[in-house]
Amino acid sequence: MQDFKFDTMPSNTADQSPDSGTTAMSLKDTELTLGLPGGAQVVIVGGKSCSKRGYTDTVDFRSRCCSGESSAKAEQVDWPGNEISGPGNAPDSKAQVVGWPPVRSGRKKALKSCKYVKVAVDGAPYLRKVDLEVHRSYQQLLMALETMFDCFTIRRNDLEESKIMNPVNGAEYVPTYEDKDGDWMLVGDVPWNMFVESCKRVRLMKSSEAIGLAPRTPSCTSTT
Amino acid sequence: MNYFPDEVLEHVFDFLTSHRDRNAVSLVCKSWFKVEKWSRHRVFVGNCYAISPERLIARFPRVRALTLKGKPHFADFNLVPHDWGGFVYPWIEAMAKSNIGLEELRLKRMVVSNEGLELLARSFVNFKSLVLISCEGFTTDGLAAVAANCRFLRELDLQENEVEDRKGQWLSCFPDSCTSLVSLNFACLKGEVNLTALERLVARCPNLKSLRLNRAVPLDALQRILMLAPQLEDLGTGSYVHDPDTETYNKLISTFQKCRSIRSMSGFLEVSPLCLPAIYPICSNLTSLNLSYAPGIHGDELIKLIHHCRKLQRLWILDCIGDKGLGVVASTCKELQELRVFPSDPFGVGNAAVTEKGLVAISFGCPKLHSLLYFCQQVTNAALITVAKNCPNFTRFRLCILDATKADPVTMQPLDEGFGAIVQSCKDLRRLSLSGLLTDRVFLYIGMYAEQLEMLSIAFAGDSDKGMLYVLNGCKKLRKLEIRDSPFGNEALLTDVGKYETMRSLWMSSCEVTLGGCKVLAEKMPRINVEIINEYDQMEFGFDDRQKVDKMFLYRTLVGPRKDAPHFVWTL
Repeated sequence: MQDFKFDTMPSNTADQSPDSGTTAMSLKDTELTLGLPGGAQVVIVGGKSCSKRGYTDTVDFRSRCCSGESSAKAEQVDWPGNEISGPGNAPDSKAQVVGWPPVRSGRKKALKSCKYVKVAVDGAPYLRKVDLEVHRSYQQLLMALETMFDCFTIRRNDLEESKIMNPVNGAEYVPTYEDKDGDWMLVGDVPWNMFVESCKRVRLMKSSEAIGLAPRTPSCTSTT
Repeated sequence: MNYFPDEVLEHVFDFLTSHRDRNAVSLVCKSWFKVEKWSRHRVFVGNCYAISPERLIARFPRVRALTLKGKPHFADFNLVPHDWGGFVYPWIEAMAKSNIGLEELRLKRMVVSNEGLELLARSFVNFKSLVLISCEGFTTDGLAAVAANCRFLRELDLQENEVEDRKGQWLSCFPDSCTSLVSLNFACLKGEVNLTALERLVARCPNLKSLRLNRAVPLDALQRILMLAPQLEDLGTGSYVHDPDTETYNKLISTFQKCRSIRSMSGFLEVSPLCLPAIYPICSNLTSLNLSYAPGIHGDELIKLIHHCRKLQRLWILDCIGDKGLGVVASTCKELQELRVFPSDPFGVGNAAVTEKGLVAISFGCPKLHSLLYFCQQVTNAALITVAKNCPNFTRFRLCILDATKADPVTMQPLDEGFGAIVQSCKDLRRLSLSGLLTDRVFLYIGMYAEQLEMLSIAFAGDSDKGMLYVLNGCKKLRKLEIRDSPFGNEALLTDVGKYETMRSLWMSSCEVTLGGCKVLAEKMPRINVEIINEYDQMEFGFDDRQKVDKMFLYRTLVGPRKDAPHFVWTL
């Protein structure tokens, strides 16, 4: 049975490159920027933390490495969003690291059941259902809704914003959705895949009612 | 040194099939260069931005079969923004203009438009083979153009593409005169197909060897198609759903018994497990089985099926087979060379149904195994050491522990020793993906032992720049390195900038590299494109150099910064 004995690496391995002498000097400017090894991975971009990236909302994988942790908790997978996790965790519905596990989206879609959600339009007599899995972008979804509810059109203004409006009565609609936490959100903020994962139902709300876009606006819950 | 007429040289070169061999040959002398250049028909471009279409055509004017790859590998996992690039249209346009006699086009992770497909179909009279893998940007209208105009089409192979279904009749667009199809794969299409047109197409193509159907093709249609094509060697079923107590199912059973040539099966996108016994007679001849899109087949049924598959060489399966099921694979499939175990629950991370036990069983039972992709709950160092000892022939070893920084659950240690054992034992290892709790030590081992390593994928691993430096210094044959969420920064990036000209590409996202570091690199290496991808915030000049870069993709190129970069990609 072969013993795997590994010699300790000579400590100057990293310095063997001929360039290391000169680059060490030019790196002085950038010295300050090297983060702590194994430190938190939150990236500050442009002065504000980029909250749209899925992983910055999660507990950092690396800071939760199991070195020395008791094995009692190791029974459950050390994933952000499990109940055993310590304080400061994001709720599990948001705790998804983008691109992990590394499975192609086509494969993920094939394994998921199709995602039909109810679509309500203020003022329409009945609801419809749309399969979010079939569409690949907000644009496609809005187009599908336009086909489904032919009482309105999607008007695009110069800024490339799409506004949903009913040409008959001129009313404008705001697309909103209820997410896994029960909050009513404006459609379009988060990346499409994240939206599909968290959307439970869609409501096209009359603009006149959509005063403020804070979640859990009392008027929203009346249609649930 | 040319003792032979060119025709003889050309004939000799014909025996060289590998691109690398032909590249080497063209460096010997001018006349060999010339002969090789004019006789090269098959060209492989691993990065479509490393060279331009015009230069390719000038270099290989007689190209007939072209392979192009576009987006970086991590694009498969949504790490690359949608419009990053990788457009094939300029290539098709350039070849059409230069009257290239293109016959085969193979694309991976590229953006393909309907216009491109239409131009392709109209421009190349002898076009024979179109293979699209993980591509997007086209609809079934584009396919219709190919079907209608490529009179000698032999192969239309669509693998895992995002295709918008226009509910058209693209299958009906194959003219009655089209009888040359050898391979047709439309499993990734989501929409309906004209079943009559499909059956008639199959009926008039006697050389059809490979047919992969989509979900819209029901079981009764499958039965009729198999009656028309008993010569099939590779079958992908569509919807395999039926009531087993019917005439149709009985017909299917006897039809399958006539299909003595089937060696490869896939599909089962929807499945009635009670109908699976119909394929048992085929199983004994199968060398390749892909059930990774069949969540409807549960562990027990999988095991029953596997018992019949003694000749399997390639198996793609979901983890619901469990460790026990992998034990059955180990004792049944002695010829197994490639195994992929995918998570049946890719969203809920904690719940993979296989552990290191299944992998260890496989390693004992399948000594010929050389290619592995394994998603699992956990892994121990001891298991990896055992696997390394049992299977020294790995060329591809990709292990994905769903909890990306999970330690050895028994010893609570990092998995450095386990992966170290793999690289030390598997001397031909060319591709490696790591996961679990890993320190710089594992990279020390990789740098020391992984001499043939060409592609390395790193996520949530390492402690310091040393880790990345071990790899860059040690792995002389490294071509592709992709790193995410690891603490490697400017020192690692800049210590040996010449290394990047020996590699195809480097991806680093959510690491410690700063804008300043990237700028230094870009300035030193004019033949490297250093792209900063910043999806959410607009780039402004006068950006702080100390800012960490979210996503960086660098690659060697002969043609400088690309002109089709979107606004969120900044080439330094």
